[in-house]
Amino acid sequence: MVGAAETLSATAIGPGFARLAWVVAVLPLVSAALTLFFGKRTPGRGWIYGVAAMSAGFVLSVLVLWHFVQGGGAVGSSVTWFTIGPLHVEAGQYVDGLTAIMLIVVTAVSLAVHVYSIGYMHDDVRFTWFYVVLSVFTAAMLNVVIADNLIQLLVGWEVMGLCSYLLIGHWWEERINSNAAIKAFITTRIGDVPFMFGIFVLIAATGFHSANIQQVGELVGGPDVSRGLVSVAALLLFGGTIGKSAQFPLHVWLPDAMQGPTPVSALIHAATMVAAGVYLVGRMYSVFLHAAPEVLGFVGIIGGITMFGAALLALVQDDIKRVLAYSTVSQLAYMVTAMSVGPAGRDAAFFHLFTHAFFKALLFLGAGCVIHAVHSNNMSDMGGLWRRMPVTFWTFAFGSAALAGIPPLAGFWSKDELLVAASKGHAVVFTLMLVTALVTAFYTTRMVMLTFLGPYRGHGEPEEAPAVMTGPLVALALGTVSVGFLGAALTRGVFFKWVFFEVPEPVTFVLWVATLSILAAGLGVLAGWYVYRERPEPDPVFQLGWLSSVLVNKFYLDEVYMNGIVLPVRDRLAAAAVWFDRNVLDGMVNGTARLTKDLALGTDEFDRTVVDSAVNGVAQAAGFTGGLLRYLQSGNVQRYAAFLFVGVVVLAIVITRI
Amino acid sequence: MIRLPLVLFFSAVLFSTGVYGVLARRNAVLVLMSIELMLNAVNVNLVAFSQFWHDITGQVFALFVIAVAAAEVGIGLAIVILIYRNRETINVDEVNLLKW
Repeated sequence: MVGAAETLSATAIGPGFARLAWVVAVLPLVSAALTLFFGKRTPGRGWIYGVAAMSAGFVLSVLVLWHFVQGGGAVGSSVTWFTIGPLHVEAGQYVDGLTAIMLIVVTAVSLAVHVYSIGYMHDDVRFTWFYVVLSVFTAAMLNVVIADNLIQLLVGWEVMGLCSYLLIGHWWEERINSNAAIKAFITTRIGDVPFMFGIFVLIAATGFHSANIQQVGELVGGPDVSRGLVSVAALLLFGGTIGKSAQFPLHVWLPDAMQGPTPVSALIHAATMVAAGVYLVGRMYSVFLHAAPEVLGFVGIIGGITMFGAALLALVQDDIKRVLAYSTVSQLAYMVTAMSVGPAGRDAAFFHLFTHAFFKALLFLGAGCVIHAVHSNNMSDMGGLWRRMPVTFWTFAFGSAALAGIPPLAGFWSKDELLVAASKGHAVVFTLMLVTALVTAFYTTRMVMLTFLGPYRGHGEPEEAPAVMTGPLVALALGTVSVGFLGAALTRGVFFKWVFFEVPEPVTFVLWVATLSILAAGLGVLAGWYVYRERPEPDPVFQLGWLSSVLVNKFYLDEVYMNGIVLPVRDRLAAAAVWFDRNVLDGMVNGTARLTKDLALGTDEFDRTVVDSAVNGVAQAAGFTGGLLRYLQSGNVQRYAAFLFVGVVVLAIVITRI
Repeated sequence: MIRLPLVLFFSAVLFSTGVYGVLARRNAVLVLMSIELMLNAVNVNLVAFSQFWHDITGQVFALFVIAVAAAEVGIGLAIVILIYRNRETINVDEVNLLKW
C-alpha cells in the first residue's frame, strides 16, 4: 500500500475529510453526467449542476486543507488497478498539503469560471455542452492533483488535453478556431509522448516495483538505481511540462489557444491545466534532484528563455487576451526557472503557482468582461472604459498590479519568494528574473492604459457586465489581495508549513531583494505610464526597428515550424503515407477480399453441385423405393392375412430347421 | 380311446378349413366364423395334449380361449354391423379405404 499512508498526528478534525478528497474529484464527473443527460431539460440549460458541484467541491477542499492547517499528516488510500508481472499499479489518492492547496485553487477558479460563464456564454448555441466539458476538465485536473501514481496522473493529464482541445475549438464554425484547437492538441502531444516514455523509463529505472509517486520518489535515491536512467527519465518528464505548461520551444500553442471562449482561457490556459506541468516537476522533484545536475540546469535554461522571451512578446500584442497569454507563458516560466535552483525554489514556485492562479484568472475574466462589452479583442478598439465599467476596471487593476508585482498584492509576495530563492547563488537567474519583472510591469501598464484609460476608440456604448460576471471578479480580486500574505514573512510563511512536511526554510524578508523587486516593478510601471500617458500613435513598441519585426513575428518560430515541420509533414510525409495506404495497404486488403470472394464462390459451387446432389439423391432414392413399396398397402384385409400366414409358415420352417 | 395322431390330423384339417375361410370368403361374418374354426382347432389340440400328458393345464387354457373367442366375436360382429350401416355391404374386399 501507500508508503506514507499513516497519519502523523491526531488532530481535532481528524483525517476524515482528507480521506474524502477523492470526492472532490468525483463531483465534477457527476455534474458532467447530469449536465449531459438532463442539462437541456433543466431551467437555465444546465449550469446549475456544475455550479453546485464546484461549490460543494470548494467547501470540501477547504475542509481538507483544514486538516493540514492543523498540522495533520498526509493521507493516502488506493485500490489495485492492474498488475503486470511484478509491477503493481494502483488507483488511489495521495493527499498532502500541496494536494489540498491545489484542490482549493482548482475548485475556486473553476467555481468562479462556472458562475462567470452563465453570463458570458449566455447566448451560446452549445451552452450545455460547454458546461459538460468544463466539468469534465475540472474532474481531470482534480484527478491529476490527487493521483497517487503516475499512470493515473497520465490519464487525467490526457483528458485535460482533450478538454482543452474541445474548448479551444468550441466555436469551430470558424476555421481559425478549429485550427488553433488542432495546433494546441498536437503541440502539447509532442510533449506528452516524452512524458509517457518518461514514466516508463522511471518505472524501469526503479526496478518495476511501483508506479506510485511517493514510492518512486524514494526509490530513485537508492544505490542500485542508474543515475543516467533517472536523468533520462527526468528529461522526458520535463518534456511533458514543456508541452503542457507552454515552455519554449512548444509555447506556440498557448497564444493561439486564446481563440477559445475567455472563461476557458481563464480556467484552463491560465490557472489550472498549464500549471499542471509545473506541478508535475514539483511532485516528481526527487527525480530531478537525483538526476545529473545538468538536468536542472536544462530546466533553468528553458525556463529562462521562455520567461524573458514571452515577456518581450507580450509587449507587442494588440489582442488583450494574447498579452495575457504571453504573460501566462512568462509567469509559468518563472515557476519552471525557480524549480531549477533547488528545493527553496520549488517551494517558491508552488507559492507563485497558487497566487498566479488567482490573479491570472481574474485578469482573464476581466478581459472577458471588456471583450463582452466592446465586441473586440483588440486594445486598439478599447480605451477609456474605466468610467463605463468601474467594477471591471478596479478588479482588473488589482490583478494587473499583482501581476506587475506591486506590494502588498499576491504577486509581489510570491515573486519576492522566487527572487529570494534565486538570490542565493544564482546570479544569472536572479538578474533575468528582475529584468523580466521590469518588462512584465511595463506591458501590464501598457495593457491597462490602452484598455481603460484615454479616449474610447471602439463602436457602440459599452456597458458594465452583469452581476453574475462581476461577482466572480470581485471574489477573485479579494483572493488576489489576500492570498499573498499566506507566504509572507508577516505570517511566517504558513503556506510553506501547510504544503511541506519537512521543515521549510524559514521565510525571511530580505530587504535588498524586496527593494530591487519593488524598484523593477515601479520602474516598469512608471515607464509604461510615461510612454502611454499621451497615447502615442502609432504605438511606440512597433517603432523599434528590427526588434519590433522580430517580436511581431514571434521570433519567427511559427514560420519555422510551419515551413520546417508542418508543411513537409503535411505535403510530403502525409502524401507518402496516403500513397502507401492507397496502393499497398488497400491493395493487400482488396487482394485478400478478392481471394476470399473467389474462394467463397468455389465453395458455393461445390456445395450446390456435389453436396446438394448427394443429399437430394438420397432423398430421391428413398422416395422411389417408398413409391414402389406402398402398393403393398392395398387396404385388403385378406391379403394382409395371407402375408401373415405366409410369414408364420416361413418362420415355422426357419425355426424348426434351426 | 382315440389315438393322438388321429386327433391332431383332425385339428389340422379344421385349422386349414379356417385358414381357407379367412383368406377366401368375402362375407365378413363368414370370415369371423372361420376364425372361430381356427381357434377351436387350437382348443382341440390343447385338450388332446392335456389328455395325452395327463396334465390339466391344457384344458384350463382351452376354457380361456373359449372365453376370449366369445369376447372377440362380440367385438367383431359389432364392427361388422357398423360397417354395414356405413357402407351397406359386409364384403371385406370392398372395405379397402385404408390403402396407399
